[in-house]
This record gives sequence, C-alpha cells and structure tokens, in this order.
Amino acid sequence: MEIGFDYTRSLGPVLSRFMTALAERRILGCRGSDGRVHAPPLEYDPVTYAPLTELVEVGPAGTVVTWTWLDRPLDGQPLDRPFGWALIRLDGADTAMLHAVDAGTKDQMRTGMRVQVRWAPEPVGHIRDVACFEPIGGAAPASPRSGVDPVTMVTTPIHLRYRHTTSIEESRYLRGLAEGKLIGQRCPACGKVYVPPRGACPTCGVPTVDDVELPDRGTVTTFCVVNVPFPGQRIPPPYVVAYVLLDGADIPMQHLILGCRPDEVRMGMRVAAVWRPREQWGTTPQNIDHFQPSGEPDAPFDSYAQHL
Amino acid sequence: MNRAAVLGTGQTEHRTRRTDVSMAGLCREAIDRALADAGTDWSDVDAVVLGKAPDLFEGVMMPELFLADALGATGRPLLRVHTAGSVGGSTAIVASQLVQAGVHRRVLAVAFEKQSESNAMWALSIQPPFTMPVGAGAGGYFAPHIRSYIRRSGAPPHVGAMVAVKDRRNGALNPYAHLRQPDITLESVNASPMLWDPIRYDETCPSSDGACAIVIGDEAAAEASDRQVAWIHATAMRTEPTYFAGKDHVNPRAGYEASRALWRAAGIIDPLEQIDAAEIYVPFSWFEPMWLENLGFAAPGEGWKLTEAGETGIDGALPVNPSGGVMCSNPIGASGLLRFAEAAMQVMGRAGEHQVEGARTALGHAYGGGSQFFAMWVVGTAPV
Repeated sequence: MEIGFDYTRSLGPVLSRFMTALAERRILGCRGSDGRVHAPPLEYDPVTYAPLTELVEVGPAGTVVTWTWLDRPLDGQPLDRPFGWALIRLDGADTAMLHAVDAGTKDQMRTGMRVQVRWAPEPVGHIRDVACFEPIGGAAPASPRSGVDPVTMVTTPIHLRYRHTTSIEESRYLRGLAEGKLIGQRCPACGKVYVPPRGACPTCGVPTVDDVELPDRGTVTTFCVVNVPFPGQRIPPPYVVAYVLLDGADIPMQHLILGCRPDEVRMGMRVAAVWRPREQWGTTPQNIDHFQPSGEPDAPFDSYAQHL
Repeated sequence: MNRAAVLGTGQTEHRTRRTDVSMAGLCREAIDRALADAGTDWSDVDAVVLGKAPDLFEGVMMPELFLADALGATGRPLLRVHTAGSVGGSTAIVASQLVQAGVHRRVLAVAFEKQSESNAMWALSIQPPFTMPVGAGAGGYFAPHIRSYIRRSGAPPHVGAMVAVKDRRNGALNPYAHLRQPDITLESVNASPMLWDPIRYDETCPSSDGACAIVIGDEAAAEASDRQVAWIHATAMRTEPTYFAGKDHVNPRAGYEASRALWRAAGIIDPLEQIDAAEIYVPFSWFEPMWLENLGFAAPGEGWKLTEAGETGIDGALPVNPSGGVMCSNPIGASGLLRFAEAAMQVMGRAGEHQVEGARTALGHAYGGGSQFFAMWVVGTAPV
C-alpha cells in the first residue's frame, strides 16, 4: 500500500527567519538565555522556556563532532551515494546539527574534521537548501544573496509505502473473494457470525475457527449519501455508502449501493451483490463492484434493529 | 484519593488556518494564557501531559519530541495521551489523576491540533485492503448512525438544525470561537448543502487550528490561589471496540457506563437537575440529543425533546455547549480539553459573555474513535 500527503507547515516568527535566511544562503542560530547559540534555532529556551528572538548568523563552515558512515543510502536521503552522517557544530554555534557529509569514502571521515555547507543550486527557503556538507578544501560555498521574499510556509511531502501482512482469517476471506465466495466466522461462545472474519470474537475473547459461507445478498441497515469531495477519494460523489447486513451475518459491512437513485435507498432495503466480470477478480473486496436493489420486499425494522 | 482542582485555563483563537504560528507557537499561546489565568509560572509546574489526535493529521510522528522545549517539558516528566477525538478529555483526566494520586502538586495539560497542515478527511479515509474504499471521513462514518437515531427516536428532522443554530449563536458570544454566526437561522441551516445525507454543511463542525491548556493543582495549591478554582468532583473513562456484533452506535455502552460511574462518583442522582452547564462533544449537531440520552439526561428516544423545547439553550434547564462547542471550534485533539476547560470556566465564573448564571456544577465530556473512547468529568465551585 502507498499513502502520501504534501503537508504544509506554518513556520511562526523564528523558523520563518531561519528558512528565509536559507533562501539567502545564510544559516541562522539563536542565542539562548544562558548565552549558548542553538543552530538550527529553537523557538523556546530549553532553560527558561521563554520565547527566543535573538537570531545570529553561524557557519557556513563547522566541525564534525561525531559521525557514522552509511554505505547504502535510502530514497529521500541527502545523497544517493555512500556518505557520512555527522553531528556538525557550525562556527559560532554551541550545539551541533545532524547532516550528511559528502566525503567520498569512509576513510576520509574523522572526528574534528572541518566541513563547509554545500548549497542546493536554487535555494527556495527550505531545509533542503542545505544540500549537504563537504570537506573544506575545494571551492568556497556559494555566496549569500539578498532580495529574498520572507518565507512563512514550507511544504513537506511525506510518503509511506508498506506491506499489509494478512492474518490467516483475512487471507482465507480474501482467497474466498477470489473464488466469488464470502467467508465469515462464527463465535463458538455467542454464536455471532463475523464477516470479514477476525480470528477472535471481540465480545467473548475466544478464537473463532468455524468458517461460514454467506450469501451475497442482504439488508441495508443504515446508510449515508456522500456528496462531499475530498483528496484521495476513490469514487466520485454523490454515492450511497450503506451498511449491508448479509443474510446470516451478525455485523454489517460497508459497501456502495448503485442501480437506483440515491434518494430511493432506504433502511431495510433488500440488496444483492453485483460482481465484476470473473476475469477481473483478485483477492480483494472490490470483486463485488457494488450492491443493487434485489426487488424483494423491505425487511421489517425489528429484523435488523440490533445490527445498526 | 487527594483532592484536585483546575487552577486556570487557556485557549487559542481558533481559526481555519493559524499560519502566523508554528505548532509550538500554537501550544504556547494556550499554555501562556493558562499559566496567567492560574496565577502561576513555570517554576510551579511539576509535569506536563500532552494530548493530540492521530499523528497522520500533521504528518509528524510523536510531536511531543520536538515540542518538548515549547511545552516546558525540559527537566520534567512529559506524557503523551492518545485516544483519538476524546484525547483532550483523557489528557485532562491523566493530569488530574497525577495530582489525585499525590505524585505531583501541579500538572500542566495541553492539547492541540493544526488541521490546516493536512486534511483530516484524507487521513481518516485510509482503509486496509480487506474493506471497501468507501470511507468518507468522520461525517461519512457518523451519518448512518445519525440516520439510525432519527429512525429509532422518531425525532423530527428540524432538531439537528435547531442544535446548529443554538451552538453557532452561542459561539458568537465566545471570543475564541472559530465560527461566530449570530445571524444563523433554521432556514439558513436547512438551505445549506447536504454533505453526508442526513448531515448538512451547517450541521457539521469546522476544521480548526487551535490549542487548549489547563493547570491542575492539589488542595494546597487550590487553597493558595486567590481566584475561584474548579474542584474536580469525579472523572470517568470507558472504552469499547469500534465494531462488534450488537454494537449500539446510537447509545454506546462505554458512554453509558462511563456516565453512570461518573454520576455515582460525583454523588449526582438526577443529572438534569444537578448539572448547571454541560460541555458535550457534539461534532455533528444530531449528537446533542443522542448524547443527552447516552449520558442519562433523558430516557432513550427522548433527548430530542429537551433540545426541541429549548432546554439546552444558554438560559434553559440544562445549557449545553454555551461556548458554542465543537460545532464552532474543532481543533480535534484539543476539542475534548476545550469541553473540560469550558466546564471549569463555567464554575469558576470566568466564561465571559457565555457564562451560565449561577453555574456551580458542570460536566465536561469527550468521545473519540468510532464512538469508542469516552472521557468525562464533573467540576464544581466547591470541593466535595
């Protein structure tokens, strides 16, 4: 699965000046109540907790305080070739910041080595304007520039890629779907049928091992009509999301209702699954494209009132 | 258990986007006001408790790490509380228990959300691969249950709009409220777009940036205060699974049991008679009558009658959400703490224009998850 969002950060007064300075190819720290200079700057003093307002320029060179070596960089890290992660105390600062040192090979890294900032080609007012640090000896860092508009917001895209490992019960349920079946499980203690199956009854706390195949028709217990669009939405609105209580199940599942106008959907409506063409089936609940009215008379309220 | 009291409260000006501050600055706006209201300073704070809703809302894992300096946590214990939308309430309760247990004398509780950094509907609609991708945020989740409530109670359709009008007009009396709509009417609510049928736009909470903070002290700290404090009479929390066969989303058992435990611990026999003001977590207007029933202010199916009769208005028998409530300001993680703080402000006599006259005993309430976590407290002008 993959999820991601471009988060927008409002910076407040201190970090706004820090980011604006980066766009100018300058690094600012701030002076704390005890006289120490923190770089990057802090918004509040770690000793007195008071707001900090005195920003001072530090760097662009500094000293490696300690370091480690990374042979295989990951996506999104400052460099795509082996580099050193170092705590770097910039000249004029009393604290160290973590950054990458483009030293080439591990034997070029040492504690106490002198490094200087390497600026990104086009600074924009973002922490990534500091591309990395490099050993002093080559060309001097690019010169500061002026005339930069104040930076008050930064965007930080964040992406997560992950594998969902299915439980034994989820796996059986998803494999059943690939064969056009709906597999639930019955609790041996209370007799309630759960679909999708969970492997344990949340009420009784006992394992559920009895599989139950359920029909692909049921009753709409309750529903809403989604009229509102939002980022990441998979289905264009308006659409009806209903709780469908499959015949023989004790818990409803959420699904789409199509095949009628949204204002014709009602509590108690009988519905049947509409499957996608068999050649499109996979191990996914989306094999059922939607539910549609079955044409049967509505179920009486009392028949599903305990399953709302 | 030792006595504990709220010594002071603070909150931010809640807005759609507080781009003038960082998350740290947002928290400090509330904290600095709470310390000032409590007449105390950092030297008196023994521990800090932070609450906020899921990290995906801002995309910062464990924000308590980078916020430690701003929260004044350096050199002190810092705890993070995490119970979805009810977290603000749980945060206040954890802080009060640290005092009641005699561990600390004064504890700062803080909760915040900066919803403008992300999109909560997106964050709440990410589903695992074994369910259909039909989630549509909190509104999509709760709308079917509101439909169930209307069907079960036979409530007339205008009750939801009545709550919206009352809360938004109350919010107009609250200088911190995000939405302040003194001119809202039943007609304008009914004319607003249907978002998640049966929930209309005007029957929905806003998405807010905001924070809230309170200072809780022990009996000696409370007695040393030269201002009125809010004595904590009782607290209660209960949990249930989001989904199980037989789950009652309209009248959740965890909320029912928490409230009965709360009334018992506070010595309250008739909550409708004995509670002077209630700040109840109502993110969609229909939740007012539902929670009135769940909390025992009305019998099942009867809550809407209190609302319809105007009894939940600021001069009614049970003023509900005189601050405007979640319907006017919804910085999610802070929304529960705001309910608890506003209850305290009522019994401290510091609620300003939305003060309920003569309020001596008040309820603060929060819920979160899929009606899964419940947190509540009763505070009073006098100790019990």
